[in-house]
Amino acid sequence: MERLLKLLEQNGRLSAEDLAAMLDRTPAEVARQMDEAQRLGYIRGWRALVDWDKTEVNHVEAVIELRVSPKKNRGFDEIASTIAAFDEVKTLLLMSGGYDLQLVIAGKSFQEIALFVAKRLSPLDDVLSTATHFVLRTYKKEGQVFVGEEPDERECTTL
Amino acid sequence: MIHYDALIAPRAAAMRPSGIRRFFDIAAEMEGCISLGVGEPDFKTPWAIREAGIRSLERGRTQYTANAGLKELRAEIARYLKRRFSLEYDPLHEVLVTVGGSEGIDLALRTLVAPGDEVIIPEPCFVCYQPITTLVGGVPVSVRLLAENEFKLTAGQLKAAITPQTKLLVLPFPGNPTGAVMGKADLEAIAEVLRGTDIMVLSDEIYAELTYGGRHVSIASLPGMAERTVVVNGFSKAYAMTGWRLGYAAGPEPVIRTMVKLHQNCIMCAPTTSQHAAIAAMRECDDQIELMRAEYDQRRRFVVKSLRGMGLECFEPRGAFYAFPYIGGVGLSSDEFCERLLYQKKVAIVPGTAFGGPGEGFARISYAYSIAHLQTAFARMREFLEELGGTMDG
Repeated sequence: MERLLKLLEQNGRLSAEDLAAMLDRTPAEVARQMDEAQRLGYIRGWRALVDWDKTEVNHVEAVIELRVSPKKNRGFDEIASTIAAFDEVKTLLLMSGGYDLQLVIAGKSFQEIALFVAKRLSPLDDVLSTATHFVLRTYKKEGQVFVGEEPDERECTTL
Repeated sequence: MIHYDALIAPRAAAMRPSGIRRFFDIAAEMEGCISLGVGEPDFKTPWAIREAGIRSLERGRTQYTANAGLKELRAEIARYLKRRFSLEYDPLHEVLVTVGGSEGIDLALRTLVAPGDEVIIPEPCFVCYQPITTLVGGVPVSVRLLAENEFKLTAGQLKAAITPQTKLLVLPFPGNPTGAVMGKADLEAIAEVLRGTDIMVLSDEIYAELTYGGRHVSIASLPGMAERTVVVNGFSKAYAMTGWRLGYAAGPEPVIRTMVKLHQNCIMCAPTTSQHAAIAAMRECDDQIELMRAEYDQRRRFVVKSLRGMGLECFEPRGAFYAFPYIGGVGLSSDEFCERLLYQKKVAIVPGTAFGGPGEGFARISYAYSIAHLQTAFARMREFLEELGGTMDG
């Protein structure tokens, strides 16, 4: 299962037949494992890795550090689920270290993100402080180099 | 006015130029062309190795080394050969560090082959054995490797090729371009033919670390064979170090001593930076070899499955990083097939004939590429075959 998940994490478009060949399994076995992986929630979704900077679309991302006050009974889960419910929030992580929650947030403009922080996040009762860092450039994402990818310069030098 | 044609030595002038150079020059200029042609890893040299090279430069290790190579490296090579392939060599007298496996092949041929000596070369194979043999006045004797024998050399074929003039057998396994390997029993049969003769073996084991479904066996590890075998190996394929140009030869002391003599006259010593890096490779990178090997293995199965899915017969390669499908079923020669594939679908593969006449009917496909790259190329190949008219059945 681990090798299957690793392959799919790199390339979600491989067919069960291709995966079966690569893993030395039968296609039926691989299909069954993929079903199981989805059923157990090992695989949470299928999507394209989009480089928005290359498109004409206005797209801004920011990383926001949040310090919050955890609740007695539910710890960080309550505030986390409140924040996770916002569509603008792409990623939400509980962190060790200098702050509690890290958000990755996407919007059409810097202003939109600033407004979201000011109007939605900061007013939440449990939020003690926010620090917003705008993403200036994405060099690599999800294992894929976005900027400065090297062309294959190998040649058939000697066969 | 100098007439260079008359000046150039006939043997050098007669050397066959690379038949596919022009072909791949066209591919390189072609917009959107996708190649499955290269014969080197797509991995970068593992970081620990690069770092060792950099560190040696920082410390100013920029002089020549001993002709035969750094003592420390030769000791590592001897330990490595023992650890990985059960081969025993005295690092001081039986190991020579060369500029790639290629130099090792060149030196071994020049050391052993006298004018008129016959050199048995199983083809299709890597391109350099035949021209160098001819250059030194030897006589190449081609033995045709057959798909039905899984491209292995058989004892019967070897016996049939031996004459009183036979000096040397070139044994290039795991094989480029076929991906064939020879197991212990296969090698034992070959060894049995050679024991008691004066025929030497040049065992080119550059792909020894890239075998799938079983460890590589060196013919030199069989009883009575080390004394008649020169093993050539290197760092290029196992450690993704092609550009460092570093290999080695190991063999009987008198042969290696003579090879060192030639080497010190024409090369002096292998690149010092590369030698320092190579020490780190052998000490620290067994696990890196395994990571790369596992990745090639996945691609290998993907490639064989994809080629067979197009209707091509494809022998299952057990070594190196090539597949060697039969493409003769469509009624085109290997060269025509590859040329049309290049012009019509912008996919560059290498015609089997580039590896000797017996490669006719086949083509070499390298899988030193990402799966995504292979997928794109195979989609185009499939279209190409479909457009040729679905004559591939049966």
